[in-house]
Amino acid sequence: MTANGMPAPGFAASAPCAPATGNLVPLMHEIRHALTRWLEQGEKRVIDLRSIPLAPGEEDRLLEQLGEGEVTARLSIQGPSDIIETRYPGVWLVTHYDENESIMGRFIEVCEVPGILTSQADDIRAGLERLKDQLSNAETTA
Amino acid sequence: MSKDKTLGETLQERGVSRRSFLKFCATTASMMALPPAMIPVIAATLEKLRRPSVIWLSFQECTGCTESLTRSHSATIEDLIFNTISLDYHHTLQAASGSAAEQAREEAMQENYGNYILVVDGSIPGENNGYSTIAGISNKDMLLEVAAGAAAIVAVGSCAAFGGLPHADPNPTGAVSVSDLIKDKPIVNVPGCPPIPAVITGVLVQFLTFGLPELDQLGRPAAFYGNSIHDRCYRRPFYDKGLFANSFDDEGAKKGWCLFKLGCKGPTTYNACATTKWNDGTSFPIEAGHPCLGCSEPDFWDAGGFYKALSIPTEDIGKTAVYAGTAGLIAGAALGASLRARKQSAVKNHERVTIDDLDEES
Repeated sequence: MTANGMPAPGFAASAPCAPATGNLVPLMHEIRHALTRWLEQGEKRVIDLRSIPLAPGEEDRLLEQLGEGEVTARLSIQGPSDIIETRYPGVWLVTHYDENESIMGRFIEVCEVPGILTSQADDIRAGLERLKDQLSNAETTA
Repeated sequence: MSKDKTLGETLQERGVSRRSFLKFCATTASMMALPPAMIPVIAATLEKLRRPSVIWLSFQECTGCTESLTRSHSATIEDLIFNTISLDYHHTLQAASGSAAEQAREEAMQENYGNYILVVDGSIPGENNGYSTIAGISNKDMLLEVAAGAAAIVAVGSCAAFGGLPHADPNPTGAVSVSDLIKDKPIVNVPGCPPIPAVITGVLVQFLTFGLPELDQLGRPAAFYGNSIHDRCYRRPFYDKGLFANSFDDEGAKKGWCLFKLGCKGPTTYNACATTKWNDGTSFPIEAGHPCLGCSEPDFWDAGGFYKALSIPTEDIGKTAVYAGTAGLIAGAALGASLRARKQSAVKNHERVTIDDLDEES
């Protein structure tokens, strides 16, 4: 068992007889290197899964290997986006969908928190204006 | 959206959050096959973008390219039309028809002369202008007139880029490509029959974001046409191991082995099908069990048959895993240095074979 109580994954590059590119193991090593770099240099890393050739079923096997950790968030921004911390802290799976829930992009981000999850300065500014207006209107009508 | 306002200003007015914009930029970068590190650059550039006018001309074509475009799920046509570009003329998509449509084209040209982007799908008849006309204007005359005021031209589909199906032997209309007629404007070729939807929109967004993209020797953007189907194909490891399907229903086909012997043109075809895929990234022809037809290459209709294998050496392909393509030897990245001498020998000895020959050989 791992520290967070989840079973330790045995890494299988491919199921028997399933088509395979052989890219899964190198990809997991790339994630390992990215985690090391983040710890040593604070360098963020984003991997676009669309840019990597994967055989049918390989992406599912990758997601299975990465698993799910302690954080899951769903954003509602022009269609949903799922932000999932994998069973490896600091390794996030970010999936963007359109309004019909078709996948528009899928990324692995190695960082503390994916940038899109944090509140954005422009949005905070716009929210502050709305709050001021609301308070002002409340005082006027009181 | 006003043409005078930047995309950033318009999105802000509409209450579109910064998060939404960043999501659009992330998926756009992915679609353009750009590294994720470019996302902030795309965001900064698109924010300042003012919508350029786009005029889309359709000549000898089947509307497949427009059909493809309207099925773009990532950076949808709606995103493009309403946020990024001003699509001022497009026969199929615009509401206006007849003289009103032609008036829209003329007005867009006058207002944006020298600055608009011209998109063309379909080839142009070269023998007799009467083969294809719009509002009584021949395709050739309309192309020359509109191209004169364009900042750049995007030739969408294999017909506009290379002549395509109308250009196939015996080419009854004398069809030619855009680049056969226009020599003094930058032209970006986006071939495919049709091109991948995300590639069409991706090239437009790439052009608007970074200007003229890096092109290969056939005028295709390297971001989408820089790799062969073969090099990015998930069945490539089977090729390297010499494991091939010999018919559409044999054990090899069922196990998903390489389709080279069934005529796959992946080794000589440059496109993004193996990574971007089709139908919302669901699959692509090879994944569905069919060989690549090579539709993004010039004269693919006349390449000797969709189910005929590319020229191969006379040695046992299963053992050597080398081949000589129609354009000469294609060096596979995964092939070891020890095979290079044998490949050179294979080039000298190459000959075209039929699938029946291959069956006998196996």
